[in-house]
Amino acid sequence: MTQVATPPAAGGTGDGEDRPVPPGHVRLTIDGITVDAPKGELVIRAAERIGIAIPRFCDHPLLDPVGACRQCLVEVEMGGRPMPKPQASCTQTVGDGMVVRTQVTSPVAEKAQRSNLEFLLLNHPLDCPICDKGGECPLQNQTLANGSATSRMHEAKRVFTKPVPVSTEILLDRERCVLCQRCTRFSDQIAGDRFIDLLERGSSQQIGINSDEPFQSYFSGNTIQICPVGALTSTAYRFRSRPFDLVSTGTVCEHCASGCALRTDHRTGVVMRRLAAPDPEVNEEWNCDKGRFGFGYLHEGDRLARPLVRDADGQLQPASWTDAMTAAAQGLARARDDGGVGVLTGGRLTVTDAYAYAKFARVALRTNDVDFRARRHSAEEASFLADRVAGVTPSTGGPTYADLEAAPAVLLVALEPEDESPILFLRLRKAARRGVPVFTVGAVESRGSRKLSATLLPALPGAEADLLADLTADARPVVAGAAAADRNRAGQLLRASGAVVLVGERAAETPGLLTAVGRLADATGARLAWVPRRAGERGALEAGALPGLLPGGRPVTDPAARAHVEQAWGVELPARPGRDTAAMIASVLARAERDERALGLVGPAPSPDLPRPAESPAADDRPAGHGAVGLVERVVETVAGSVSGAVHHLRDLVTGEHEDAAVAPGPQAPAEPGLAGLLLGGVELDDLPDPAAALAAVAATGFVVSLEIRASAVTALADVVLPVAAVTQKSGAFLDWEGRHRPFDAALPTPGVLDDGRVLDTLGVEMDVDLYTQTPVAARADMARAVPPAPAGGTSPGTAPGPADARRGPAGTAPRDGQGFVLVSWRTALDGGRLLDGEPHLAGTARPDVVRLSPRAAELLGVGDGAPVQVHGPSGGTVTLPLQVTAMVDEAVWLPGRIRATPLVALLGAGSGDRVRVRPAAGGEGL
Amino acid sequence: MSFLDPVKGFGVTFATMFKPVVTEDYPRNPEPTAPRWHGRHQLNRHPDGLEKCVGCELCAWACPADAIFVEGGDNTEEARYSPGERYGKNYQINYLRCIGCGLCVEACPTRSLTMTNEYELADDDRQRLIYTKDRLLAPLLPGMEQPPHPMRLGDEEKDYYVRGPELVRSRGAVRSEAQEQGAHVEPDGSVPPLDSPTGGLAEGVPPGAGTAGTVPRGVTPRADGR
Ligand code: SF4
Ligand code: SF4
Ligand code: SF4
Ligand code: SF4
Ligand code: FES
Repeated sequence: MTQVATPPAAGGTGDGEDRPVPPGHVRLTIDGITVDAPKGELVIRAAERIGIAIPRFCDHPLLDPVGACRQCLVEVEMGGRPMPKPQASCTQTVGDGMVVRTQVTSPVAEKAQRSNLEFLLLNHPLDCPICDKGGECPLQNQTLANGSATSRMHEAKRVFTKPVPVSTEILLDRERCVLCQRCTRFSDQIAGDRFIDLLERGSSQQIGINSDEPFQSYFSGNTIQICPVGALTSTAYRFRSRPFDLVSTGTVCEHCASGCALRTDHRTGVVMRRLAAPDPEVNEEWNCDKGRFGFGYLHEGDRLARPLVRDADGQLQPASWTDAMTAAAQGLARARDDGGVGVLTGGRLTVTDAYAYAKFARVALRTNDVDFRARRHSAEEASFLADRVAGVTPSTGGPTYADLEAAPAVLLVALEPEDESPILFLRLRKAARRGVPVFTVGAVESRGSRKLSATLLPALPGAEADLLADLTADARPVVAGAAAADRNRAGQLLRASGAVVLVGERAAETPGLLTAVGRLADATGARLAWVPRRAGERGALEAGALPGLLPGGRPVTDPAARAHVEQAWGVELPARPGRDTAAMIASVLARAERDERALGLVGPAPSPDLPRPAESPAADDRPAGHGAVGLVERVVETVAGSVSGAVHHLRDLVTGEHEDAAVAPGPQAPAEPGLAGLLLGGVELDDLPDPAAALAAVAATGFVVSLEIRASAVTALADVVLPVAAVTQKSGAFLDWEGRHRPFDAALPTPGVLDDGRVLDTLGVEMDVDLYTQTPVAARADMARAVPPAPAGGTSPGTAPGPADARRGPAGTAPRDGQGFVLVSWRTALDGGRLLDGEPHLAGTARPDVVRLSPRAAELLGVGDGAPVQVHGPSGGTVTLPLQVTAMVDEAVWLPGRIRATPLVALLGAGSGDRVRVRPAAGGEGL
Repeated sequence: MSFLDPVKGFGVTFATMFKPVVTEDYPRNPEPTAPRWHGRHQLNRHPDGLEKCVGCELCAWACPADAIFVEGGDNTEEARYSPGERYGKNYQINYLRCIGCGLCVEACPTRSLTMTNEYELADDDRQRLIYTKDRLLAPLLPGMEQPPHPMRLGDEEKDYYVRGPELVRSRGAVRSEAQEQGAHVEPDGSVPPLDSPTGGLAEGVPPGAGTAGTVPRGVTPRADGR
């Protein structure tokens, strides 16, 4: 082949021999084209850059080279001497003066590749027609392009039983496997879940799992995507379609704040599968199984199709949009004038939808009672978010995924990234593998932190703030021991430039912790990022869906900010911060209780120290069914027993040590009538700090409007239900934990299905106000008018200091007699949430529910691994689960945040940080 | 202008009256088609009645007119429709689109899809011209069993493919292959010659649904009785 002129645009290629080789580079020729390549680059990559595709199966740019499949053979000449045999270009690094000839110019390389293909097909079954990879199979494509049309193999092929489920979600067909080891390398190097490996030797070499350890990884779906043949396929997508049937749309995952780019494939209006889309800045080429497989809820039978309005008999009846809008608008207006309407948006909205709620609350309902937090929260958190999180994006210097890889150290506070932000976990793991030290403040050395080689800085819930204060203090107390050494090291490394502190949403559960995190960041100069669990929380913060914040994260109390928004919106804004989620629910309940008393239904308010009525039904007796169903059953009891029980409970929450979700006492003067209405976006009552109280509140509220995609506990109680678009049916954007804008288009645009912004806009028109949120584009433009161009991050005034009386957590090292254990808990990635409905195969890969205790505690209780253990909560509820002995603080006991889709707080009446008692289920002394 | 002009044109008419006719007496007495006539498709069966289609969609892929819609399904031990892992769960051919090219038949890896000689593919209803699997499947012949049922001819799908012809013969039938060609098969398994009264045309549709060759021609009865 003649010399090909170097395309000037091709990166790294020189113009010829006359230009000097850049430092750190070597110069070689590939198929006659001169290339300057950085030292250590692989020949296959250098060839790619100049547009020469060398066939490959095992090579993957994000996995370590292995040279397993031998498909990428090329002829290499070094120093004028040809290497004796063709070389694998995916393991061969470039060298100065190297001459590479690929299949394009070398008959030797071409023949080597063709023969290798024949070799790989020796034992390959003739499965293409029934193989799910058919149509998008690299082996099929290369065989069609370069393979021979007939087979010389007349002997019997090797056979295996097939398919073998390696987990409920993944099927393995060993006959099709070409032993490229992409799956095993991914599991080992990227996910750290080495459940799948090469077994046996010679022609019976195969991929397999340990027979009693299924492939239980949150990232297993990626192996299906990178397997270059159809050896790993998905149960959910089995035989459902072919690539040419599918319409693909680039989308963004709605499951968490990692912000993965996805590809949604649909056929005849039904989503068939989702794949990870490449985005080097965010998810690289991976995603987690939740994002990949968790879309069955879209096609569940309980999707709402028509608006529902409660008729005179109290029954929800299908209604026209016009009637439903009129009913909703009239009811909301009446409730607004009669005490106000609170707005709970849930944490799953797009930025523009959250903005529509924030604006609707202020403009149509004339209130600041709007909160996106459907979880435990606090006033301290709100001010932390306003001061340190709002407005921070990668473009204003916020920490990014890439920064984690370059950080001198990363500190995790109240964050379990594997469960709460899986792609952040993968990036942290990548960083950790490159030597970035990771520290995690918590009580449990989880599997995730072991995979990050993270150093646990042990602290019980409640004591984390003290520990951070130690790290903050320059002169640390000289304490001997390994723990102190770890602390000192963490303190030092955090002071190096570029260190990152990642704080999870659970930090709001511990008073003083977020303040301590802020102080730590200030003292050490470490960069700070807040990682919520849900995809919509970060966007809702920017959109102003908080009682004290306007769009752009500016405080409501700031007259200048208010004036700016007032000018943009053309209305007068309420100046006083509104109620947060817990305060709204408390307000509704207080009003209901007063009304009841006025009607003489109940006696005087019982004093708080009376025994609490048994308003928590025997939670462990409840069917293991769905949370929402369970809740609706509970409402009967709760409402029938009057709301006073729930009020007590809530009072306990507010006054007792149980719950620190500070109910801002300021705005709620005793004389106020209390909220008369609620507007609820996708809120799952089970997610709220106290599900029973929330349920009673929704049942007792005068007028409830629910915007939902599926029937839920809320829609069953609402007065008007307005169906809204699911994330596949609308366009919009999420903000990931970095604050990065993650826009997406509708994968399945459905006429007549409206997004929240559009519904609220129309509702606004019915109430004589204009929101300008009819489309996401319009809403974005309107939001841009309401948000000042300069980011407000880190400078806003009016910061309320965190509660000074931060509860000091117990610092003991063994369960003290009579006190019990401190409950530590977080929600695992696959825990039966509503967005995971409709996908049983995915649910099958959830980690089994266990109780975790330290070896010492297990010894004190006289139980071993796998033994059933009972945990008793303050409400009298009991949970019995098998024990898993784990390296953790002796005084702590860990439970998953939900057990069989029921929140722990509903089962035990306790959350993270509360005292519980632990007993061997087989009988024996408890602690 | 001559006075004969008005009747001059009838000369041709009168002359033709005494020549042999070239038109066919359709629909009273239809002629058999050429043996390889591309008529309505048929989804064939294995000799035990299991479906040959594996739902691979290769026919749909090959079709230049996008006339075929296929969805695969997973055979289970409880409900088996074809040998092996996969079967065609949903199969539709849209005869408003089909151009009769036969590329789908060439693409089919299992010889499931063949074409019969039935050409009466006209209707006044678009919906009915989308033929679904129940109208495309070959009828059950004696010795066949309505799926779902377990594999009767072997333990695994390879037995059906590798030893297929042998198995067929051992069950005393040449009919299966003849039927694939769209030939009419007598209940005893023999194939009548093409010029026989049944016309050698395919049997493939339940009686009364307008099958070429098997039902006495006339006004084709319609399935819905209209
Ligand atoms: S893995 Fe590829 S080549 Fe092998 S059977 Fe499947 S589609 Fe065909
Ligand atoms: S299962 Fe797939 S990815 Fe794993 S070694 Fe085999 S061919 Fe490679
Ligand atoms: S005969 Fe041709 S047009 Fe008709 S379905 Fe087959 S491939 Fe398509
Ligand atoms: S008819 Fe043939 S080509 Fe079409 S899906 Fe069935 S087996 Fe595949
Ligand atoms: S791609 Fe080089 S050996 Fe597999």
